[in-house]
Amino acid sequence: MNHNQPVYTDNDPQSELVTLNLGPTHPATHGVFQNVLQLDGERIVSGVSTIGYIHRAFEKIAEHRPFYQITPLTDRLNYCSSPINNMGWHMTVEKLLNIQIPKRVDYLRVIIMELSRIADHIICNTIIAQDTGATTTFLYLFQFREHIYEIYEEVCGARLTTNIGRIGGLERDFNDVAFAKINKFLKEFPVALKEFESLLNRNRIFIDRTAGVAEVSQENALSYGWTGPLLRATGIDYDVRVSEPYSSYQDFDFEIPVGTSGDIYDRYLVRNEEMWQSVRIIEQAMEKIKSEPKGIFHADVPEFYLPGKEEVYNNMEALIYHFKIVMGEIDAPKAEVYHAVEGGNGELGFYLINDGGRTPYRLHFRRPSFINYSMFAKMSEGMLLSDAIINMSSMNIIAGELDA
Amino acid sequence: MAKATNTELIDLLGENFGEQLFDVTEPYGLLTFSTTKDKVIHVLSFLKKNDKIDFNFLTDITAVHYPEKNQLAVVYHLHSMVRGIRVRIKVFIHENDPTIPTAVPLWNAANWMERETYDFFGVKFEGHPDLRRILNMDDLGVHPMLKQYPLEDPNRVDKKDEYFGR
Repeated sequence: MNHNQPVYTDNDPQSELVTLNLGPTHPATHGVFQNVLQLDGERIVSGVSTIGYIHRAFEKIAEHRPFYQITPLTDRLNYCSSPINNMGWHMTVEKLLNIQIPKRVDYLRVIIMELSRIADHIICNTIIAQDTGATTTFLYLFQFREHIYEIYEEVCGARLTTNIGRIGGLERDFNDVAFAKINKFLKEFPVALKEFESLLNRNRIFIDRTAGVAEVSQENALSYGWTGPLLRATGIDYDVRVSEPYSSYQDFDFEIPVGTSGDIYDRYLVRNEEMWQSVRIIEQAMEKIKSEPKGIFHADVPEFYLPGKEEVYNNMEALIYHFKIVMGEIDAPKAEVYHAVEGGNGELGFYLINDGGRTPYRLHFRRPSFINYSMFAKMSEGMLLSDAIINMSSMNIIAGELDA
Repeated sequence: MAKATNTELIDLLGENFGEQLFDVTEPYGLLTFSTTKDKVIHVLSFLKKNDKIDFNFLTDITAVHYPEKNQLAVVYHLHSMVRGIRVRIKVFIHENDPTIPTAVPLWNAANWMERETYDFFGVKFEGHPDLRRILNMDDLGVHPMLKQYPLEDPNRVDKKDEYFGR
């Protein structure tokens, strides 16, 4: 079957159905994916999703790269929250190598991961509002993503594709400016988020557009492999941070918000509440760091932790380890490991098989966007075109993660 | 409900399947076993429908190519959210006859996961409702994740894989 052609072409000349190519570069889809829809007036009769427009063969490339060179690939999966991907990958390797991470490093990572979760949810929720016609909220809350990017910049030097961290910890300690910026964010963001909520939560137009639209049952959500805010909006309290805590999430006190019907309004509310919970977690982490020994930002594993350049130029051992690590000559056990983290869109899994070579024998990414999106065409049947557009926004499909 | 342990799961599966499951290991605490392709759907549906263990969630389907053994391993990751346990099931199939029954009747999520596995490894899932390529173009002609296909132009002398990684 050639899916460049509409699959359900209606050859009946008397038919009133219209074929619409939604995408691949439609401004309303916020990403590169195509849906060939059959429309009866404004109502969608059937649809076929075509994906893969930005497929970059990451799994194949990963089979030819040492561990450190795979981190930049993970940046480009869900590029709205790349630190979560980076750290998820580093934690996978740490699990493989049985590295124990000091508590302070865990907490620093938690701060960055929760900031990126907020950035991810800001994008999704403001875009839902934007697609229902509320530009103000989009412009208003979006500046806080900029503030989060400034914090990334302070910590790792990059903004979007962060390549943050190392196997065994972080590349450098947070400086005072970074802490000051985080504190400033914690003070200002709740005010803005509150205002954002008061603009939308009880907004008649917004509720009319979202409540009761694209409802999903729990059975369907589980059957289609949904995870993350989408699954929680249906009322299932599954969160990897709680069910299999990584990076010391068990030390934090936070709640998992759930919805009831799985409609777009519930997804919006779940994401909003998760932002509040993330703020709570960051506040706790900032408190906890104070009681940890200062200046520790990586585990003491010189054979795996890429040393800083200053060390490499002045220290023989660091030079040797640097060479070995960059060339992939590290002594990793021959084993297979699956590690999952709670990404912005759901369970982000890394399935790594190591055979003792310089590079992974096989690395598979379990990408939540890819798996969540498989229901979209089916869901859209019988829906209005304009509802399908906000449904797509509320699923927060990130093309990079969809196509890998 | 209390978290299930691997021992509990091994006992339960041993009772029901016995010798049909083999190569049981626990790398990093994740119970892994192999089965054959004519039994795999039986095993998957048992795990899904069993009230005691309740593997309600299909986390992932993928494949691994082992060219020296002329084999492909199809790997299933299941998750019981109720009992808080994961399991990994492998099915080794011959690379010249890469067929395996589909899991779509059990989980709809298997649809795209199997299409992806077909696209990259050429594993033909028998009974799949819509088995066609998903990420690559239709006329690619090869299944690119198989190990015989190099990442870059093999004629380049400056970038031989043996010097840089695999």
